[in-house]
Amino acid sequence: MRLDMLSKLGASTLSLLAALGEFKWLGARLLARLPSVSLRPSLVVRQIHFLGNHSLAIIVVSGLFVGLVLGLQGYYTLRRYGSEEAIGLLVALALVRELGPVVTALLFAGRAGTALAAEIGLMKSGEQLAALEAMAVDPLKRIVAPRFFAGLLVMPLLAALFSAVGVMGGWLVAVGLIGVDDGAFWSQITSGVDFWDDLLNGVWKSCVFGWAVTHIALYMGLECKPTPEGVARATTQTVVVGSLVVLGLDFVLTALMFG
Amino acid sequence: MQRNLNLLVGLFVLLGAIALIFLSLRVSNLSGGGDAGPSYTVTAAFDNIGGLKARAAVKSAGVVVGRVREIRLDPQTYQALVVMDLTQGVPFPKDSSAKILTSGLLGEQYVGLTPGAEEKMLGANDRIQMTQSAVVLENLISQFLYNRSDPAPAEPSAAKGL
Amino acid sequence: MPTSSAPLLSVDRLSFAYGRRPILKDLSFHLSRGEVLAVMGGSGVGKTTILRLLAGLIKPASGSVMLLGQDLATADQRDLYAVRRRMGLLFQFGALLTDLTCFENVAFPLREHARLPEQMLRDLVLLKLEAVGLRGAADLFPSEISGGMARRVALARAIALDPEVILYDEPFAGLDPISLGVTARLIRALNDALGAGSIVVTHDVAESFAIADHVAVLAPSADGAQLVAYGTPDALRASEDPFVQQFLGGHENGPVAFHMAAPGLEEAFR
Repeated sequence: MRLDMLSKLGASTLSLLAALGEFKWLGARLLARLPSVSLRPSLVVRQIHFLGNHSLAIIVVSGLFVGLVLGLQGYYTLRRYGSEEAIGLLVALALVRELGPVVTALLFAGRAGTALAAEIGLMKSGEQLAALEAMAVDPLKRIVAPRFFAGLLVMPLLAALFSAVGVMGGWLVAVGLIGVDDGAFWSQITSGVDFWDDLLNGVWKSCVFGWAVTHIALYMGLECKPTPEGVARATTQTVVVGSLVVLGLDFVLTALMFG
Repeated sequence: MQRNLNLLVGLFVLLGAIALIFLSLRVSNLSGGGDAGPSYTVTAAFDNIGGLKARAAVKSAGVVVGRVREIRLDPQTYQALVVMDLTQGVPFPKDSSAKILTSGLLGEQYVGLTPGAEEKMLGANDRIQMTQSAVVLENLISQFLYNRSDPAPAEPSAAKGL
Repeated sequence: MPTSSAPLLSVDRLSFAYGRRPILKDLSFHLSRGEVLAVMGGSGVGKTTILRLLAGLIKPASGSVMLLGQDLATADQRDLYAVRRRMGLLFQFGALLTDLTCFENVAFPLREHARLPEQMLRDLVLLKLEAVGLRGAADLFPSEISGGMARRVALARAIALDPEVILYDEPFAGLDPISLGVTARLIRALNDALGAGSIVVTHDVAESFAIADHVAVLAPSADGAQLVAYGTPDALRASEDPFVQQFLGGHENGPVAFHMAAPGLEEAFR
């Protein structure tokens, strides 16, 4: 019995390593196609529209609500120490350093990541990718790479929007609802949030997360079994694996950047 | 169709860029607390810097006039050497004093500069001679406890309330 | 450039396996210019696999495929793509790009591989669609036309670059009698008009025998499917091979048994 479990463990470890290898290999091939993709920007533009513009609604609304909640919760906590005026700083730092990049990445995985995985998976099962190959068109160049680079570009912009809208949400609660002084709100923020250490690190994080989610989504779509169950599995795996990887990377990056 | 798409994508990128600019200027210290402009370096030695960190502000009369660049331990005097960049254009007399103060009750610590009376000004790489260390809470408590002429044992409760 | 006597495509002792499961064993045949070759066999015997091997989408375990003078096993990506530009492949369900209109689908290979002025491209695409009788569907999306029509649009796409070899994957599967006749006649007419060679993978005996110059029959076996008969339709009808007879006659029992292997009858119904 134990031998059976051991061999299963060994087999799954080996297949995991093989999957990681395939994953990296896909990344290498996509990066190698950057020059040819830059010759056809219209493909990337199209994908930016599908990944970015179509995610605007959910990002902006979520950012607003997160900002509102941060403002409220933060206020209740800070009030105990008589430091209500630091509410702006709390909201801004939380958003810019952590919540902006991370929550945007999680939402992106759910909305855009699944769309990517499903689209590629369906194209695979409908033999469209093989048809492209048979027509001497490289599907990685024509279909996958534009989506990859569009995802890289879109994430930092979405995260910035999330944080910006969130800060406004915090402002609404603090200054509008609670009555914190408007000037104190902003001056606390501008003196406390550092451009290099906080803002830029946050942007960096969102770039890394954008790469992670997009790469995972495209990988899942390309590697899925060409059946309905396979495509469904690809989309759920994109969200699950993507979210876990984002959270794990967040820990590593935070430790590196803010430690 | 492609033209419409380009327009929408351009708008999206513009929105994102505006958000980034907003965050950089209004939310971060890039414009306001930025230490743009030329500066000159001075040093000051303290017995105890308390919680002072690099990038802490250097203020005079509450106005930010510089930033702490680096904090080192002087191996000969065992004092903390604080290296500060002061903004050019606000000269301080050579006998100015530097204190480590706390903003608010539980806030961050900064260096407060009080100008002296000399005519000669501090130049680059000069040393501020008069310094006052940070207030360390434990020292304050023990000072309070043991600085009483009458060692009345009833006092410790008042010290705890500090 | 191959002369008119050299075969467009030749397969020599081709074998293929999925992991440890052998699929194809020692297949050898060739395709000449102007010829329509029907490759026939039961479902699941590996006919689609043969097409993928012929297009270079997968590599053989052993043996060789020479397509238009290019050995597919040794070809790098650039050589493969160069050969594929002279070849057309029609997938079983068309495999049209679902986010493009029929017009754009047919125009796709032209846009990717030929620098044509827009007006000329438009004329070419409409001509190709006209050849398959679907010029009226030019502005419709694949989701808006029937499966049979989608397959015809895919055929127009496959011949967009006037290929020298056309491969068909089960073009007759699931079609109504009218569409069957139309498709069969299209395959023959296009082949002759283009002066190309076509390979039709199918198990539809009536239609393929009507248009094929030669027929190759694959029979399943434990070591992988093998070629058991090759010849003109008439020669095959007269063949005495038991599998060919069962296949062409549609008999329920023969070399391919009706019952799948199962434990004894008495045990199951005790």
